[in-house]
Amino acid sequence: MDFDFSEAQKILRRSAREFLSSACTAALVREVEEEKQGYAGELWRRMAELGWMGLAVPEEFGGSGGSFFDVCLLVEELGRALAPVPFVAVTLCEYALLEGGSEAQRERFLPRLTSGELKMTVAVDENELMVDPWSLQTRAVRDGNHYVLDGTKNFVPYATVADAFLVAARTGAAGDDSLSLLIVERQAPGVEVSPLSAIASDGLGQVSFSRIRLARDHLLEPEGNGWSRLKNLYQRGAILKCAEMVGGAQWVLDRTVEYAKERVQFDRPIGSFQAIQHRCANMAMSADGARFVTYQAAWLQSENLACEREVAIAKAWASEAYTRICLDSHQAHGAIGFTKDYDLQLYTRRAKAAEVTFGDARHHYEALANLMGL
Amino acid sequence: MDLRFTEEEESFRREVIEFIEKEVPPAIRVDYDGLDLSPEQFEFAGRLDRKLAQKGWLCMHWPREYGGHGVSITKQLIFNEEMAFRGVPSRGHMGINIVGPAIMLYGSDEQKRKFLPPITRGELEWCQGFSEPNSGSDLASLRTSAKQDGDGYVINGQKIWSSRAHHASYCWLLARTDPEAPKHKGLSTFAVDMKAPGITVRPIVTVLGSTHFCEIFFDNVRIPAHALVGQRDQGWYQAMGTLSFERSGINRVASVRRALRDLVEYVKTHERNGVPLSRDAIVRHHLAELETEIEVARLLCYRVAWLQMKGQVPSYEASMARVFGHELSQKVARVGMKILQLRCQLMPGDPRAPIGGNLARAFLSTISNTIRSGTSEIQRNIIAQRGLGLPRR
Repeated sequence: MDFDFSEAQKILRRSAREFLSSACTAALVREVEEEKQGYAGELWRRMAELGWMGLAVPEEFGGSGGSFFDVCLLVEELGRALAPVPFVAVTLCEYALLEGGSEAQRERFLPRLTSGELKMTVAVDENELMVDPWSLQTRAVRDGNHYVLDGTKNFVPYATVADAFLVAARTGAAGDDSLSLLIVERQAPGVEVSPLSAIASDGLGQVSFSRIRLARDHLLEPEGNGWSRLKNLYQRGAILKCAEMVGGAQWVLDRTVEYAKERVQFDRPIGSFQAIQHRCANMAMSADGARFVTYQAAWLQSENLACEREVAIAKAWASEAYTRICLDSHQAHGAIGFTKDYDLQLYTRRAKAAEVTFGDARHHYEALANLMGL
Repeated sequence: MDLRFTEEEESFRREVIEFIEKEVPPAIRVDYDGLDLSPEQFEFAGRLDRKLAQKGWLCMHWPREYGGHGVSITKQLIFNEEMAFRGVPSRGHMGINIVGPAIMLYGSDEQKRKFLPPITRGELEWCQGFSEPNSGSDLASLRTSAKQDGDGYVINGQKIWSSRAHHASYCWLLARTDPEAPKHKGLSTFAVDMKAPGITVRPIVTVLGSTHFCEIFFDNVRIPAHALVGQRDQGWYQAMGTLSFERSGINRVASVRRALRDLVEYVKTHERNGVPLSRDAIVRHHLAELETEIEVARLLCYRVAWLQMKGQVPSYEASMARVFGHELSQKVARVGMKILQLRCQLMPGDPRAPIGGNLARAFLSTISNTIRSGTSEIQRNIIAQRGLGLPRR
């Protein structure tokens, strides 16, 4: 039982934290928010230079062949810095291609994803989280050697700046639950993107597809295999979100403790009052708990060991924990924490978004109840 | 990062499970707390201790030179986890876990010769004489005095909440030897023979009707000089420093796991209005949430063990694991009682009591879990001050 990181992982974490502390300041995060639906282009370019988008990708496609666990450690730092870039979305597309793409598709897309040139995002959810194949409305009907795609996707990360979409659509006959994953370029005629006004100002969008004609080589073969691929994508997505939440939660805890040491009322630091101490202790328990259940799920996934149960546990716990930590932090800060100028609110809004992305506690408790045989 | 146990550790776990299944009949197994033993369970626990001693498992964590096997923290954790999960009756092992290690570190050769071998054989029962009516969380304020008199000491005072003092042959006593010194610096530890004249033990009846905890009255009790263990007036610091062995609180988490397992079994086999309880959305939510929190609790305990394996001394991490586990033990009882609804009231002994009445018992017995051996409030102070560096004043 060993919770230590390897030397290489320690270096990755340290260098990522150092880089982001200057390359991704709160000022940058606010700037991107005000721009509405942008992303931090310069930061993305520099991340590509550092090889970050190649971490998940084998060397033969231009990557550095890192493990999924390594990627999670990087995402933790991105979560701490609130980096407004489509890293998680691109990473999920990379894994989808590695696990389900043809040789030709991998050669066509992976190098450009790795270089940061291609920003591909996942377009899966519609009005609710997809919990079963039947809940998908988007259809891709076969027509000879083509598919005709119709439907609307919501809550698509970085939709307005994406160059391509990895779309989940029903390809079966009426009543059939067959799903498939297809790649759609932004420029294809019939693609319309509009931004959502969402709590985290994190660039979510709606994407509608109107009778888009796609050549067969846009489908991740074989047709109908999409549901298991989608579950894999959700599973990795849930773990990556957990890593992001762990990073953000730790920043919030650290900042709260610092504030409690600095802020003086009644001639003493408020951190010397038991009410504040106990609240911070609860926050630390939530944060440490989130960290360990996340590392457990990430490690199992990284080792290709079964982890449905551990992922459900991690996402359920971390989702509740991050939001709770932010709200506790607000209480400990008093009025100053409620201002736009103070950075805490940047985290609180993202905590709520992360909570519900790839399944909230209620969703994962239901999955866990099934796994428990109830 | 590797969250697996080694093949050797897994094999040890299987060995422990086999031993328990062979030696501990289901009927003798304890409730979820294991605090109150029936006379039969108490006798059984004593006999089992001698079997464990024969297997070298009773003091497996002790150094070899004192009769132990210097077993790794991880193996201790595995042992503690399985013993608790399977409800094995245990007498509390004050001698094995507290007194023995203190004597190893601070005792004279004579004291080591006298006390350590019987402890390793499971032959000596100890009780703790620490808390007083006016000294609970503020233990260092204690007033029981040990005045030097001729070639011995005279003890006067009162101790309280001493587990199974009425069964103990020796008391591990913390008393004040220098009333003039600052409160932490005037305390000493003694090994007191409970047969000494002037000692009266009075059991306290708890909310469960048990007499596990006792008051001990010391009325001019004369003890020999060689009852002092370690240095005079250094007792507080000696009591705080012990050998490193597994004390993450995994046993509490294992008990909670057992309670959840019983609840899961119950809801799968019982219905309300023709629908299995396991299909009820609220029941499913509650039980999945408990499963999640048990995993968090388990990993927090494993983290403590991992730090010890690395040679580090856990501080706030141990408090965190303990307070989380203790509060979880209360939650599983609360949730369990809510699931059982009207019939939750039936106590053990009533043949109609669901799950043997164990949840009704646990609902009451777990009340003390966030109080004894360090209140939740003190644990949170430790997390905040030692873990997060928040100031005391």
